[in-house]
Amino acid sequence: MGKFGFTISKGRQIDYDSNDRSIAAYIFEREPSFRLCIECGGCSATCTTGNLTKFSLRELNILIKRGENDQVRESIGKCMLCGKCTLVCPRGVNTRNIVSLAKKAFQLTDGYAI
Amino acid sequence: MSKHVVVIGGGVAGLEAAGRLSKVGFEVSLLEKEDKTGGHLNNWYKLFPDRRSSSEVNEYLDRISINGQVKLLTNTTIEKFSRNKTNLTILTNNGEELVADAVIVATGFDLFKSSRKEEYGYGIYDNVITSAELEEMFWKNNIALVNGKEPEKIGIVHCVGSRDEKVGNLYCSKLCCVTAVKQAIEIREYLPESKVFCFYMDMRMGGAYYEELYREAQEKWGVSFIRGKVSEAGESFDNKLVIKVEDTLAGRPLKMELDMLVLMAGMEMSEGGKKIAALGGLNTGENKFFAAADHHFGSNVSNVEGVFYAGTCTAPMNITETISHARAAVSEVMEYLKDDRK
Repeated sequence: MGKFGFTISKGRQIDYDSNDRSIAAYIFEREPSFRLCIECGGCSATCTTGNLTKFSLRELNILIKRGENDQVRESIGKCMLCGKCTLVCPRGVNTRNIVSLAKKAFQLTDGYAI
Repeated sequence: MSKHVVVIGGGVAGLEAAGRLSKVGFEVSLLEKEDKTGGHLNNWYKLFPDRRSSSEVNEYLDRISINGQVKLLTNTTIEKFSRNKTNLTILTNNGEELVADAVIVATGFDLFKSSRKEEYGYGIYDNVITSAELEEMFWKNNIALVNGKEPEKIGIVHCVGSRDEKVGNLYCSKLCCVTAVKQAIEIREYLPESKVFCFYMDMRMGGAYYEELYREAQEKWGVSFIRGKVSEAGESFDNKLVIKVEDTLAGRPLKMELDMLVLMAGMEMSEGGKKIAALGGLNTGENKFFAAADHHFGSNVSNVEGVFYAGTCTAPMNITETISHARAAVSEVMEYLKDDRK
């Protein structure tokens, strides 16, 4: 039988129950300020990378928390660890450390560095 | 002889408390550090949510307090404040000693000093002003840039000095959101050709008719609301202000040129309040405001016998809440002094 050219597309939903949130758990344990984000976007507004490429620290934070790890893997390498995000954060979130920890967690899980 | 109550602070809370106390027969002294009463109300042109004139509230407060039996001492600050077995003694800067059976502290708030958020450029760039300075422009009926021209594009920054760990204020000042909405409407009313943008983290419209005002700002006045905390303001080559923010709902960084930037300064424990806390051994909380004995049912009660709190010296409050809180303080004083009252 010939192929009809249809595929089943992956849903857009965040599958909260199936998603792997171990990266988030790793960060929560080591950087409790990770919990304090209120999604104000101060970090992304000041971020040099984010102003030049499709990269948002605010988005990265929430994606890690939701376990949307593939998207995080794709973009986290763009961070230059300059720390401006941490300077502007009104909640005192150590965003810079979150990026470092996430990279470490991915390395532990995946077996290789991002 | 009737009991003597001293009220410290002649703003909304102090005037309301003093007036009510005097009405029920106490001898009342009202201390005010400035040369006239009214406090912050004197600087505000119109009030949210109905945009009535602040003068009307001021007139009401004068009518019930200083036009009555209240003994008003202006230009008065406190040098000493102590409690002994039966009463409280206050020594003023004018050398007057007041002996009180009870004291109501109504020292209010100070507006956050916006120059502390250096990244917003207050005091650095022309045309970065505070919400209070905009009210002054409303009073003068003249919204203008430093060069005298009318601004065409105006940005309003919410949460300046509130919800910000970087300045040590974790709390929400509660009134800035609705003030921003009110001022945005007033700007649009005054300058029909202008465009107004509010930059907010969360819109906190938790008061009677606040949400309706927010809706009116959108519907009738075309005010734009952009969800993101402004990270910095700078200046372009042609001296326009440029702000950077993430449009969090679009998920992209946004920059915008503006003629004028209005900073919604939050509320902080007043310097006068801090001084009195130190003199009288009154407890303050993590938010630096006076710490009341119980958050739910003792919000007027202090840790010193005979000393009570009224109004925004305990937390940010709007005028309605301040007046209610002042009346509650009066009720506490009445109960405290009832046993041997004449």
